[in-house]
Amino acid sequence: MFLQAEPQQLLHLSPVDLAIIILYFCAVLGIGFYLKSFTKTGEDFFMAGREMTAWIAGLSFVAANLGSLELLGWAGSAYQYGILAAHWYWVGAVPAMIFLAIVMIPFYYISKTHSVPGYLKLRFGEPARALSAVSFGFMTVLMSGVNMFSMAIVLQVVLGWNIDLSIWVSAITVALYVTLGGLLSAIFNEVLQFVLIWVGALLISIIGLIEAGGWSGVVARIHTNFPEQNFTHMWSTLGNFTDNPMGINFVGIVFGLGAVLAMGYWTTDFLVVQRVIAAKDLRSAKLAPLIGAAFKMCVPFIVILPGLLGLAMLDTPGHHFLVGEDVAREALTHGQVLHTYNQVLPIMLARYCGPGLLGLGITALIAGFMSGMAGNVSAFATVWTYDIYRALIRKDASDDHYVAMGRWCTIVGVLISIGTAYLVRHSASIMDYVQALFSFFIAPLFGTVLLGMLWKRATGPGGFWGLMAGTGSSIGMWAWVKVDPSALRYIAMSPHAKAMAEDMFRALWAGLICAGVTVGVSLVTKPKTDAELVGLVLGATEIPSEGHLPLWQKPIFWAGVVALAFIILQIIFW
Amino acid sequence: MHRPGMLSIWFFVGVLLLCYGILILGSAIVNYNNPPKVVLANLHADLWWGILLLLMGLFYSIRFRPGRS
Repeated sequence: MFLQAEPQQLLHLSPVDLAIIILYFCAVLGIGFYLKSFTKTGEDFFMAGREMTAWIAGLSFVAANLGSLELLGWAGSAYQYGILAAHWYWVGAVPAMIFLAIVMIPFYYISKTHSVPGYLKLRFGEPARALSAVSFGFMTVLMSGVNMFSMAIVLQVVLGWNIDLSIWVSAITVALYVTLGGLLSAIFNEVLQFVLIWVGALLISIIGLIEAGGWSGVVARIHTNFPEQNFTHMWSTLGNFTDNPMGINFVGIVFGLGAVLAMGYWTTDFLVVQRVIAAKDLRSAKLAPLIGAAFKMCVPFIVILPGLLGLAMLDTPGHHFLVGEDVAREALTHGQVLHTYNQVLPIMLARYCGPGLLGLGITALIAGFMSGMAGNVSAFATVWTYDIYRALIRKDASDDHYVAMGRWCTIVGVLISIGTAYLVRHSASIMDYVQALFSFFIAPLFGTVLLGMLWKRATGPGGFWGLMAGTGSSIGMWAWVKVDPSALRYIAMSPHAKAMAEDMFRALWAGLICAGVTVGVSLVTKPKTDAELVGLVLGATEIPSEGHLPLWQKPIFWAGVVALAFIILQIIFW
Repeated sequence: MHRPGMLSIWFFVGVLLLCYGILILGSAIVNYNNPPKVVLANLHADLWWGILLLLMGLFYSIRFRPGRS
């Protein structure tokens, strides 16, 4: 949660900075207007014509996830927890992306589904689709609003911009270009935004490393500042909950984060999966997540490293320069304005970047926000139109009608997001609840989709009740800890576990409960025949052979390269 | 994307980077003798970064210019 406080403005923009920001807004709107003439059919608007190259789909896949919370929040987490935060980019993303590319994409692609709820309809029937579509649509616009509010708060604190103006200008811009060009426009802009995020944020890390004397200098300074704590190792401190600043152990990271939560997000969250199934052919669709994984592995260089540089360069021995939201809020009641963890990225930007580069850095933050928001609203438009409106309300309208509905619900989705942003503004705790709500649906959905793809015996009732049980148990565990905080020792299996560990273990249990109920109910209900499962399940689907391709063109080869790079990174930062 | 008549996304990327390169390089030249009060201002990061963006922008704008198949 970003601090709501009377701002002490961090940065002052020069005319050249403003010109850079205005140019960015003109570019994204120009792309939206330009692509409108290419967006005529439902396939164009909702699936970008299914003609994206692997590179564009891959960059869009990873950019849609780079929202403002992602950039600012994880830089803040790196300052707070050290390099452990990089787990969310590596073990919390890369294995899941490889799994998506090699195991799951063939079923999404061959089934020709428009969405993840659409796949559930084909595999498990209408009840599972309805449950998944409604929960996804609801969560997506709420998350979009939370992101919007977070970004507006940052612009207010960092630049002194009016919060209402920030919310409305950025929201209207996203609404315009997505309404005009649909997913095609969202994907084009996400590629542009991804490039801008890199060129805007990269300099912070480069100059920071020069100032600190390289990576060894960063490590040495952090150890000098905090000799009692280990902020610079990823795995060696995960043997025990008390050995690391995050209060988590390797079980939570490997199984809760890597095996359930990350798998759930990267393989079943339609926000990201939509970009991949818009690829032009199966091989491109398989390569896209691998390209995304390669770039995702590099993102800590522009997000986690600035947080670590903050620990090294801003702090003094035994003293943190930045504080948590609760401490800052308490200080504010005494008239003292303190900067928070989540402001570490803009603070480092101000430290190293003068006129021009400052505008580029701020543009990177705005681009991150917009790519995340556009991802949310374009996915919402597809799920609403195809999985709720067409499935439950009007089944037999023309393609033009559904495109018009997609454009209108993009606008409505943005308006609901704005409403959520104001709701969050007036009730700070809503943000925590929304994030918790979002996590309720991720882990169970993964269990349901995975069993649906890999186990022919899974039945419609099994899928539906598994999803219900997983979601219900996740909500139940969350409520239990809210009512009785000491229950965390049971959920996370240790009295020393902290909030972050709770999320990981809750996801793990919810995923296991979902899988258990799905298996149990499936075994006592009637399965579909093999003929009904063609294109949907392993063993009933013929996956096109890639045997004729040279090795370097095969997705499995690049999956191996990405996996090797991932393992090397873990060893380097062990 | 290979839709007939549609400009490549990389052309848009190139044009924007080119504009940014010109703006940042221009600002760096104007401020060269009066660098901003930032850490390591003596490195003139804006100058080098402006040149880099300019070159990248030129490359993508030309490589993916309209009419080039």
